[in-house]
Formats: sequence, structure tokens, C-alpha cells
Amino acid sequence: MNKELIELHINGRTHEVATEPSALLLDVLRQELQLTGSKRGCDDSSCGACTVLMDGVAMMSCTILAASCEGREITTIEGVAEHGALAAIQKAYGDWGGAQCGYCTPGFIMTVKSLLAENPEPSEIDVRAALSSNLCRCTGYSQMYEAIRSAIDAER
Amino acid sequence: MSSDFSIIGKPTAMVDAAQKTTGSGKYTDDLSLPGMLVGKILHSPYPHARIKSIDTSRAEKCEGVIVVAVGKDAPNPYGILPVGHDEYPLALDKVRYVGDNVACVVAVSEVSAEKALELIDVEYEVLPAYFDPEESMKAKTDLIHDSKPGNLEKDYHHVFGDPEKGFAEADEVAEARFIANEVTHAAMEPHSTLASFEIDPHTGKTGRLTVWSSTQVPYYLQHKLSLVLEMPMAQIRVIKPLVGGGFGGKSEVIPLEIIAAVAARKAQAPVKITYTREEVFWAHRGRPRTIIDLKTGIKKDGRITAVKARVVQDGGAYCSYGVVTILYSGALLGALYDIPNIQYDGYRVLTNKPACGAMRGHGTVNVRFAFESQLDELAAKIGMDPAEIRQRNLLQAPCITVNGLRVQSYGLPECIEKSVERSGWKQRKGKLPKGRGLGIACSHYVSGAANSIIRSDMPHSTVNIKIDRDGGVVVYTGASEIGQGSDTMTAQIAAEVLGCSLPRVRVIAADTDLTPIDIGSYSSRVTFMAGNATLRAATEVKQLIAAAAAKKMNCAADDLILRDDLVFKQGSEAPGVKKESEEVEVTQAGASVSGRVEGQILRGSLQQKRKEEGRKDWMTFEEAVVAAIDFHGALTGTGSYAPPQEARGGKHKGAGVGPSPAYSYSAQVADVSVDEETGEVTVHKVWAAHDCGRALNPVSVEGQIIGSVWMGMGQALTEEMIWKDGMLMNPGLLEYRSPSSVESPEVEPIIVESVDPEGPFGAKECSEGSLAATIPAIANAIYDAVGVRLHESPFTPERVLAALRAKKNAKALNLTDGIDPTAPSRFREHGGSLCFKEKGPERHALDPSRRAPAESGGAD
Repeated sequence: MNKELIELHINGRTHEVATEPSALLLDVLRQELQLTGSKRGCDDSSCGACTVLMDGVAMMSCTILAASCEGREITTIEGVAEHGALAAIQKAYGDWGGAQCGYCTPGFIMTVKSLLAENPEPSEIDVRAALSSNLCRCTGYSQMYEAIRSAIDAER
Repeated sequence: MSSDFSIIGKPTAMVDAAQKTTGSGKYTDDLSLPGMLVGKILHSPYPHARIKSIDTSRAEKCEGVIVVAVGKDAPNPYGILPVGHDEYPLALDKVRYVGDNVACVVAVSEVSAEKALELIDVEYEVLPAYFDPEESMKAKTDLIHDSKPGNLEKDYHHVFGDPEKGFAEADEVAEARFIANEVTHAAMEPHSTLASFEIDPHTGKTGRLTVWSSTQVPYYLQHKLSLVLEMPMAQIRVIKPLVGGGFGGKSEVIPLEIIAAVAARKAQAPVKITYTREEVFWAHRGRPRTIIDLKTGIKKDGRITAVKARVVQDGGAYCSYGVVTILYSGALLGALYDIPNIQYDGYRVLTNKPACGAMRGHGTVNVRFAFESQLDELAAKIGMDPAEIRQRNLLQAPCITVNGLRVQSYGLPECIEKSVERSGWKQRKGKLPKGRGLGIACSHYVSGAANSIIRSDMPHSTVNIKIDRDGGVVVYTGASEIGQGSDTMTAQIAAEVLGCSLPRVRVIAADTDLTPIDIGSYSSRVTFMAGNATLRAATEVKQLIAAAAAKKMNCAADDLILRDDLVFKQGSEAPGVKKESEEVEVTQAGASVSGRVEGQILRGSLQQKRKEEGRKDWMTFEEAVVAAIDFHGALTGTGSYAPPQEARGGKHKGAGVGPSPAYSYSAQVADVSVDEETGEVTVHKVWAAHDCGRALNPVSVEGQIIGSVWMGMGQALTEEMIWKDGMLMNPGLLEYRSPSSVESPEVEPIIVESVDPEGPFGAKECSEGSLAATIPAIANAIYDAVGVRLHESPFTPERVLAALRAKKNAKALNLTDGIDPTAPSRFREHGGSLCFKEKGPERHALDPSRRAPAESGGAD
């Protein structure tokens, strides 16, 4: 298949990438741009480890064609830390044990960012519903709730 | 108590937390090398077949394909256990399960490799296959392995005490068959391996091999690579990058790890193989479907008189850890309660399905489900409170159990007490509305196996520490961080012993070229064994520092205390609490960079000043380090750990599995409700008290307890590998039904510290012991709620409903009647035991058909 040149806006920077029209955003991020923070955990969009923000909304990058993302503002986990320091949610995930093996963590953090942008004061039920798009196999999710609560407090 | 320590016992973020939360940390699949190729494996479509021929010529001609590796490229058998070398990297003459490894295409891209897979021509002669262990045991012909008659991998028959006499003395006896269906780890990171050979500078030929792999056992991988590739271990370097969860699924050599190396050798280029999620399910090595025929006798006072268990495990097509699993199932009947008479008959059976291996709570989980359920039933028979019957059967620790297990620290009594107290057991039990119930159960686990897989006298863990003039402490450990907090535990222990701050410590781990041997992250051994090795290495270094500092300070080394980056005399006022002016000075000294070049102090005039003035009552850590290097020439220490002889168990055949230097304990209360119309079980809350000896890092300990309980709940309610003629029907995370946040209950972890006499600072394991209690706690709560006892896990709505209908003598509903699962006419996405080959319709994450979160219970 012939490659085409596409332009992607990722974490505030513009990248020109030559890619096949069938290339998935996740593969372009990981293999072409070495943005390996977004992970692949499944074959069928069931785990959420690849979650990125597309114009601020959480999306699974494993089921989006890279070429369809032209003109959109993409944020990956690499774009979350602020001014070389951990964002509140990142610090809280570390402090409260929200991350164990860490493989699902980038996806969860993107999901939480999307949730908090939309709903800065989510109830526990809101949080659980939002997090259900992602799977974690280590934590049983409990410590994530504490981390999210603490990050909301820290942002205040 | 924890105030005696400056580092341990305090909630601490993991030392690699920022790598994980920023995405900068590298897992194996995140790595790439120049010229790296991609490997894709061709898997067997048949559960049992002879390979008559393999023709790779069409595939090799494909664009982008470099080579195709097949069985004869590396025809040496291997297996994790020395008694179980029955696997080949790629099949030689036979395939034994759907998903068995046949060939590997190496290509420039995944797409080219996948295209070529379809062009490999394999001629199979299909053989009769065995899927049910009890049928498999009757096999006379077409054996799965020719050397295993009756497809029996191994059987053990143990008698301790006098079980017949025990049953004769019993006032009540219960006997039942329990079945625990097969579950798998489903760690979030699919397995991945990158292998690369160097050219040897002296011979000019293929030389050293470096392998990066998602493994819990880098040193075993090095060993097996050496066997299969016929290379000396010294020529093989295994590096473990970050690992995205293991739970036992990465605790042995997984086919892709060897195949990647074989393929790299043939392709003469670096090769990376990463499994798809479906391949992870085929690689499996999870917890086997287990059939347990259990008989227990008790006296009227609740004392257990005898236990008899016949256990059949459906082990899949290869040995894997099977011999160990079947032994753990029997051995861990002991060491939880005082059982005077035990008979155990264990059968590990081969079937044509992916091999089962070690999974969190290895060997004990399914038998514990049966035992704790039966104990509950017996308590009901004699009218005793289920918590009390457990209290009546406690061990009198320290002791040696009837099957030769040494028990020292024993926090089970406190675990029961705490979980009962926190859950309001006494106030609430029996007073809940119909359909809601409480259940209690206990469990335990080893803190590392006292005998390693490969019998030898070598230490199980060794740790080196190096401190240089910059005052930085580097700890070299072979222990494998897999998300459980191994590196953080290592750093904490080193910092605590050396009296320095945590940021000074850097942990270099799990790289066979750099780090001394550690047998891996399995059997919950790391905190106890690698922790003890770290403790010893740090103590050695501490003594060197103290000796040099004592000389400077004109006192005995024993009189010095190292703490908070300072060295000061015992009894003297700690400099940290001195008057303000001095405190400022200390802080500056701590922050300055010091060191000498050719006898001159490079920076740190404070030290020079102090040297001249001769202040004698305290020094900074850096000053003491510089003094020690000046005095000793170098500052290094080594520590190692081997379990003591007394902890290594009895003499009977199979006695090597089960013994541990220390056991962790857990008691749990589950609060559930059961919908009698639908059979649906909701877990509202679990109170889990776990005796971890001492909590070195409470955040991690709680995380491990919650994670174990959660994983146990998954096995109790939803997770199940469903098979149809050797074909896995649910090889995806949604179909496998790993619980999401809306399906997960609140878990209240309760830390119990029994302070083990041999653990590092008294610590024991905390990552596995809690899992086994959750399943029976939920089963017992279901009984309390609706009066039915479930004998088969998971407790899906179908099974619960069937039990409820059987109790009412209602006609059984056969939901799968007349349905051919391979030709579905309708879909049920999450069908429990009714699950179809194809995937169900796609659903959005916030689809209203997903269940609303459970109300948090416990307050009513």
C-alpha cells in the first residue's frame, strides 16, 4: 500500500508522518513517533490502555485511523506533565498506589483527564462509570479513586 | 512501632511511579533496535495432530519476509521444571493444543509477517484429543506425551497422621465434590521479547545474545535459552525492562521468549515478538480447572479431626509448573489450621489444551475454596458461628504441622478478630434481609518456597551494594519488579539500614550481566528473600561506614546511629533536633556535593573546616562515606539469603513443595446480595485482614491486598475460560470478563503485623495470600443470603439460579439446550457458560446496558 504524508498535532507539536492509509493512530504514535506511553493491551478496544485525548475527549487510539486525525488536537500521556513536573493526577496516582505495574496507567490518566475536564466534581458513581472504559488487573481500582479525589483537592 | 524507623512503615510512592504515570518508562514492546525485525508465530489450528510436513517456501518468497523458523532450527526440549522438559520452541512432530507453536515468520513489518503466515503449508494428521481430565486419565492410545501413560503428568498420595481414625472419631462428616473452573492471569501487558545477537570480536561469528523480555524470572530464562540454543549462560544476557503485571503468567519461560531468540539467530538480526491478546490466552499457564473431592470430619466442639482430599487438575498439554501445583494443593491443606490427620491424593492430568502453570495463590486457591466452604457447612451442622469454628482450629504457633511445615509468626487469630470486628459480623450476621448475607473465610500463602525449583545449595537471592564518594547508594539486585513494588522495597530496606534518605538510593535490577542472581518474582518470595539479602548487604556496608566514622569520632562503632542522612553517637542528642543555627549547617552539608580529587576536597569547605576543627559528635552521611572510602579503599557490600534448613520441610516424596520460611495469613468477610430472580450475585464489600509480618510500605501492602481480593472476586463471580473441543471461546478481555470499575466492590484492607522472627524487619508476603479466601468468603455469603451452597466456581447467574431451583425442587432451566455454540443464531455478549465463538456486538463504554455501580454496603 502506498504511503501518504499526513500532518498530526500531538502534544502541541506538529509532526509530518508518511503512513499507510490503514495505519492506526496507536501504531503511528508508538512506532513512527516513539511516543510509547500509549499501550496496546488487547485486540479489540476492550482495555483502554491506548486512550488518548482527541480535542479533549478520551478516545482509544487503537481503533482510529491516523489519517483521520489530521486537524485534530491530540494529547498523549507524554503531553500531560506540566513544565517538567508531574501533573496533580500523575503525582496522586503515584502517591496513592493508583499505579502498580503501570501498564494501564497512561490510559487511565487520559480517561480521568477527560472526565475532570467535563465534570470537575464527579461523584464516585461518575468516576466508576468513566473508569469502566479501561481495565486494570493489579489494583482493583480502589486506590485510583483515592488518587483521583486527592488530585481534585490538589487542583483546588 | 513504626516510629522506630525512618523509612519503612511509611506510605511511599514507588520509586518508578513517575516513569509509569508519565509514560516514559519502557516495557519490552516499547523498545526497538536499529534493523529490528518483527516475528509472528503460526499456531496450530488442531488440538492434537501429527505434523507430516511443513513447507515454508511460499511464505519465504513473500515481500518483506526474511526467514521462517521451524522446529528443527532449535530441536532441544525445555520446560520450567527439571522434571518437565517436554516443550519445544516450535513443534517438531506434534501439536498438542489449539494455539501450539508451529513456525515463526520474521519480516520487516507485522503486516508482511501476517500475510506470510497464511502461506505456510502444514500437513497435519489429526489425532484423537482429550479435553476432560477424567476421560484423559483413561487413555490407552494416542497419548499426549508418549512418556506419560494414562496422560498422567504426576500423581502423589500422602497420608499424615491417621485419617481413618480421625474420621471414626468425628461427630459430623461432610463430603462433597467441588469444581473450580479454569482462570488466567490476563496481565495488562501482553508478553513481549526482543532478542539480538552480537558479532564476537574474536571469532568474527555470531556471539553474545541479549534478550529483553517481559519476564518474572530473568535467570531461569537465561538458563533455558542456554539449554535450547546450546550456548553457555555467560554468553546470554537477559534484561527485564518494566513488566506490565505477571501474576505468575510470566514466571516461567513462555514460548515466544525462546522463539524470538531462535528467530533472531536464523534471521541474523534483532527480532521482536509481541503476543496479541488472543495469543496471551493461548500461552496461558493459568490456574487449572480443578476437581476436588473433599471429606472433612469435626467434633461437636468444632475441632477438625481429619481431612481427605482427592484433587484432579486439568493441566493442559505440557508439564509447566504442574508437578509443583499439584503438590501445593496438598501441602497447603496444612499450616493454616491445626489438622491432625490428612490424606491427600493429587493427580495432575494432561489434556489437549494450553498448559496451566502458576497463578497468584499457586496451587492453594481452588482447594481452599472447597475446604472453607465445607468448614462453613460443618459449622452450620453443629450450630456454631462460622468465625468461631475457625478460631477453634488455630495452630499453636510456633509449631511444625503434621505435614512438616514450620510455622513461626501466626497472625491468623488477629486477622479473624479484626475482620469480624470491622465488618460488624456479630451485630449483622443472621439479621440481614433475605437475599443478603455475610460469609467468612481464611487463607494463607508461602513467603517464598524454601526449596528452589532447581535443587541446590545456592542462595535464592543475592544483593550487592556500592557507595561512591558522591554519597549515592547503588543497589544491584536480581529481583524482578513486576509492579508489586520490588524495587521500592529494596530501596527502602537499604535506606533504612544505612540511615540515608530514599532519593540517595538507586536500584539496578534484573539484568543478568549487572546484577547478582535472584531466582525471580514468584511464590511471593521477593520481600522475604531479596529483602533479607538487601538487609544483609546494607548491614555489611553500614558496618564499614560505622567503623570509619567511629575512628573519626573517637568512639566504638556500635555506639553510632545512622539515620536521616546523619551519623551520630547513641545517647547524644540527634543533630537534627539541635538549635537552629546548627540545623541550617546540617542541611547545607547534606545538600552539598563532596568528594576528593587527588587528595583534595573538591567541594565542601564545611568538611575541611570540620576536619580542622575536629567536631566529634556527629557527621553527615556523605562525610562518613568519604571517611569510609578513605579508610577501606572501597565501599561495597554483599548479602545473600538461603532459607534455613529447619524451614525446608519433611522427608516424604514431594515434601519439597509447601515449606516456606514464613507464611502470611488472611481472614475475610464478604457482604453480598443475591437476586433470586436472576441469580445475579453482587458483592457490596469485602473486609480483608492480612498478616504481612510488617508492612514495609503500607500503600503497597494495601494495594496488594485489595488487588488479591479483587482478583479472587473475579474468579468467584465472572472469570472462566470456556472451551469447546479444545478451542477457547472467550480469548478477549471483555469475553473473559475481567471485572471493570463498575463491577468491583469496595475492599477494606486491614494490615496485621505479626513481626516474623526471620523476615526483613519482620516482613512476610502480602501479594498472594489474600486471594484464596475471597472465593469461599463469597460462596459462604451466598449461602448465608439464600441458603444454597455452590460447588462450582465462578458463581454465574446460571449456576446460582440452577442451585436455587434445585433447592426448591423446581425444574432445571437448560439455557443451552438445543444450541450449537459453534453456529450461533443469537448473541449473548456475556453469557457465562453460554458463550459463543464469535464476538458479540460492539458496545460503547457508557452503554446503559452495562450494570450500574453497586451501592456501597456495610452501613445498614
